[in-house]
Amino acid sequence: MGKQKPDLVYGTLDMLILKALQYDPRHGLAVADRIQQMSKEILRVEQGSLYPALYRLEAQGWIKAEWGTSDNNRKARYYTLTAAGRKQLLAEREHWARITKGINLVLAGA
Amino acid sequence: MPRFRAWLSRLVGLFQKNKRDEEMNAEMQAHLDLLTQRKIEEGMEPGAARAAARREFGGLEQIKEAAREERVWLSADQFWQDLRFGARMLLRSPGFSILAILCLTLGIGTNAAVLSWIEGILIRPYPLVAHQDRMFALNATTRGVTGYTGLSFPEFFDYEKNSTLFESFIVDRIMGTTLSVGDRAERASGGIVSANYFDALGVRPILGRGFRPEEGTGRNAHPVTVISYRTWQERYGGDPNIIGRTQILNGIQHTIVGVAPEKFHGTFIGYSFTFWVPTSMQEAFDTTGYKLEDRSARWIEGYAFLKTGVTRQQADAELHSISQRLEKDYPETNRGHDLALSPLWKTPFNQAGNMTATLGITMVVVFFVLLIACANVSNLLLARSLLRRHEMTMRLALGAGRRRLIKQLFTEGLLLALIAAVGGIAVAYWSRNALVLAFPSPAAGIVIDLPGQIDWRVLLVSVAMCIGATMLFALVPAIQASHVDLSGALKTEGAGVVGGSGRSRLRSGLVLVQVSLSFVLLAGTGLLLQSLLRMQNASPGFSTDVIVSGADLFSAGYNVERAKPFYTQLLDRVREIPGVESATLARLIPFSYGVFSSAPLEIDGYQRAPEEQLNLSYIEVADDYFKTLGIPIAAGREFQRTDDENALPVTVINETMAAKYWQGKDPIGQRVKLKDRWLQIVGVAKNVNYESKLEPPRSFFYVPVRQNFLVSNNLLIRTRETPGAIRSALAHEVQALDPTLAPIAPFRVQEQVDRKGYTQRLAATLVAIFGGMALFLAAIGLYAVMSYAVSQSTRELGLRMALGASVKDLLGLVISRGMRLTIAGIIIGAIAALTLTRLMGDLLYQVSPRDPLAFGFALAVMIAVAFIACFLPARRAARIDPVIALRM
Repeated sequence: MGKQKPDLVYGTLDMLILKALQYDPRHGLAVADRIQQMSKEILRVEQGSLYPALYRLEAQGWIKAEWGTSDNNRKARYYTLTAAGRKQLLAEREHWARITKGINLVLAGA
Repeated sequence: MPRFRAWLSRLVGLFQKNKRDEEMNAEMQAHLDLLTQRKIEEGMEPGAARAAARREFGGLEQIKEAAREERVWLSADQFWQDLRFGARMLLRSPGFSILAILCLTLGIGTNAAVLSWIEGILIRPYPLVAHQDRMFALNATTRGVTGYTGLSFPEFFDYEKNSTLFESFIVDRIMGTTLSVGDRAERASGGIVSANYFDALGVRPILGRGFRPEEGTGRNAHPVTVISYRTWQERYGGDPNIIGRTQILNGIQHTIVGVAPEKFHGTFIGYSFTFWVPTSMQEAFDTTGYKLEDRSARWIEGYAFLKTGVTRQQADAELHSISQRLEKDYPETNRGHDLALSPLWKTPFNQAGNMTATLGITMVVVFFVLLIACANVSNLLLARSLLRRHEMTMRLALGAGRRRLIKQLFTEGLLLALIAAVGGIAVAYWSRNALVLAFPSPAAGIVIDLPGQIDWRVLLVSVAMCIGATMLFALVPAIQASHVDLSGALKTEGAGVVGGSGRSRLRSGLVLVQVSLSFVLLAGTGLLLQSLLRMQNASPGFSTDVIVSGADLFSAGYNVERAKPFYTQLLDRVREIPGVESATLARLIPFSYGVFSSAPLEIDGYQRAPEEQLNLSYIEVADDYFKTLGIPIAAGREFQRTDDENALPVTVINETMAAKYWQGKDPIGQRVKLKDRWLQIVGVAKNVNYESKLEPPRSFFYVPVRQNFLVSNNLLIRTRETPGAIRSALAHEVQALDPTLAPIAPFRVQEQVDRKGYTQRLAATLVAIFGGMALFLAAIGLYAVMSYAVSQSTRELGLRMALGASVKDLLGLVISRGMRLTIAGIIIGAIAALTLTRLMGDLLYQVSPRDPLAFGFALAVMIAVAFIACFLPARRAARIDPVIALRM
């Protein structure tokens, strides 16, 4: 279960999922794959926390889901970013940028 | 918004739980399938691929549960689960459940009952009356005079005419008469009301109409009446053609123009009215004469409705400015006179004032009962949590979160409290009319009405109490229970009699709370009982054995010319009855509900301060009044038969008046001017109580009835006979003079004195009852804790016994631990009581709020009860067989 990989910072999973869905609709496994790929294999999503996060985002109206067929003709549930989700992604990116800047400043300090 | 959306989505999910579950299963299955597919494509065996996929995915059920939490309103779902489980747990231990529910029912029920009394008597006392939140009592005062001093009819109109912030002003003056329908004559209470009365209250008569604007004025010009529903049903048999029928009231034929709705009892707290007449009929119902045009005759009681949005402060300011204008325009009558608004629960002219203090204290007492009950249930839960430790350990071991466990224990507590709340509201419903039992009816036919009211406000507070109580009693046990130490769960708790682990310290803390609260209640009960006793034993200054009788000449339509010879002859005849020592007349009996005459007074040689109003109360009495009532004359003489209309007008004053206005000089022979007539002072009488034993000494004077004759008088008789024995002789004399008159059934003045002391009796009764409940609950709590401590330390006690401790030693050991707790509780309680009993102020009569006797009483009762509660478990401890105990 990838214990050697660094854990995700608490609360960032939602943001990463939104980012992964920014351009294309994807199903759950593809979301996990996308995050892994974009992070150059540094981040690995624990599948156990993936679905609760997806449902949470869906309940908040940031993503919506439809049943569709995968590349290899399998049934899967596809998630799409909504307009509200796009706004949320933007907001979270800004927030994250501020936080990391602050943290970096602290760490770089003498 | 997203937050609300999420909440809504989960709420919807609750109802689509199965559908969403299926969808979720399908989605996760699809995920697994894709993952497996990928592994196969990477070259794994299908079986190994599937297993690897499962491993990678993680614990399917845990993930599902976590995911579910985001999708359905899980907490609600769990709540139902907990509730169902809780119900099963309660059913499994019925003894515990019943005891806990009984305790809580007692706690919540007493609170709901007192709340409903406060709601029904003080907050919204008048059923069917609209906008009671904007209704205020008119509180008229005069500088230098304590208490309510009333409004005159012309003043009432001045305020009504000159104000702008009020929707309406109404007059409502209580009066009594004898109502004869057919051959049945009964006392009845009624209201003299302004013509706008029913319209302003928003009460529509169910038959006929209310009063018309013109019916309010014109001396005796509009003999019309609206009768109550009860009168209509009971006295007129519910006659549907009642409108237009006539009824003689106080000798005048009145036309019945309306029937009030069933639930409307009028606007006087405590009394249920029989009929209403417009203000134009004042003279016919007021035994002291015509007053509609007299600015100094202040007889009006009434209310005002504010316009929407107007505050009481604004309204008071406007009334005050009108008062100041009146003071300028009519300095003779209106100097220092002012008008302000009082909330209904402080209405100065009905029972509200008496009830406020009593009900306030009762509320505090029942709140204590609730706290004690909660402590008891807490104790029970703590004891039970030990039995359930195995269950809790199991749940924790299987992965339940502590929060989840606490939630479940809370749900169980809430279930208990809910059942108790339902029972409690039933208790409140049954006891809604209980207060009337303590309030004696002043005469047959007069209906006393002090109903509790259970409306949404009372229900809301009861529900809040129920939730609050759950928080109180379930919190500590729940936290305790969830702190089960998994590894140590199987070790027994090493509670000793002397030491005590955390859990038993907690329970001791609860007992401490109970004992101290009970002590406060006991001390309060002691104080109230003692002041009740003192009040009963205190002499009002006159002989209360005097018998009251007479006949209601006023209602029978007598005028002064007919009444005078009647009373003269009656007095002569009664004085001849064997056994009668003396007899006299008085317009009001001592401690009457009636109002003494009062008028501006001029005192010869006394320079009044510029702001001072000399408006003193007085009473019209016949010769032998002081002799009959046994009031000593300190100087001069009392009234004689010769003090009649042909003689020089005279008066007797009391000692307070003599001391205040003559300051050491002899007042005998001095003069005072009452209603344009100079009266010569012929005597000074000792002070007595006039209206209640609680009143401070006041200036008061007496005038001879023959020089100030009124139709309405009471016959007072001093005799060794009992009221029953003298009854037929009295009836004989009254009917010899007028066969159509029914004599008033004779009774002793003591009865009236008792009636007036009902507030103290009521307070003492309520506090004693609820205090008793509290003590009982606290005793149960103490007993439970001591029993538990003994049962937990059987091994220790056995060991002590085996090592040679005697039965006495063991008894002493257990009892001393219990008593140590009790004493600590008493010390805390005594400190609290010393601060709290001061709030009882007005209800105490010649008893200090720190009265040592009352505190001693509380101490003795508390120690006795605690001793019994400790002795029973101690005896069980002493009977332990050391052999068995050590083998355990």
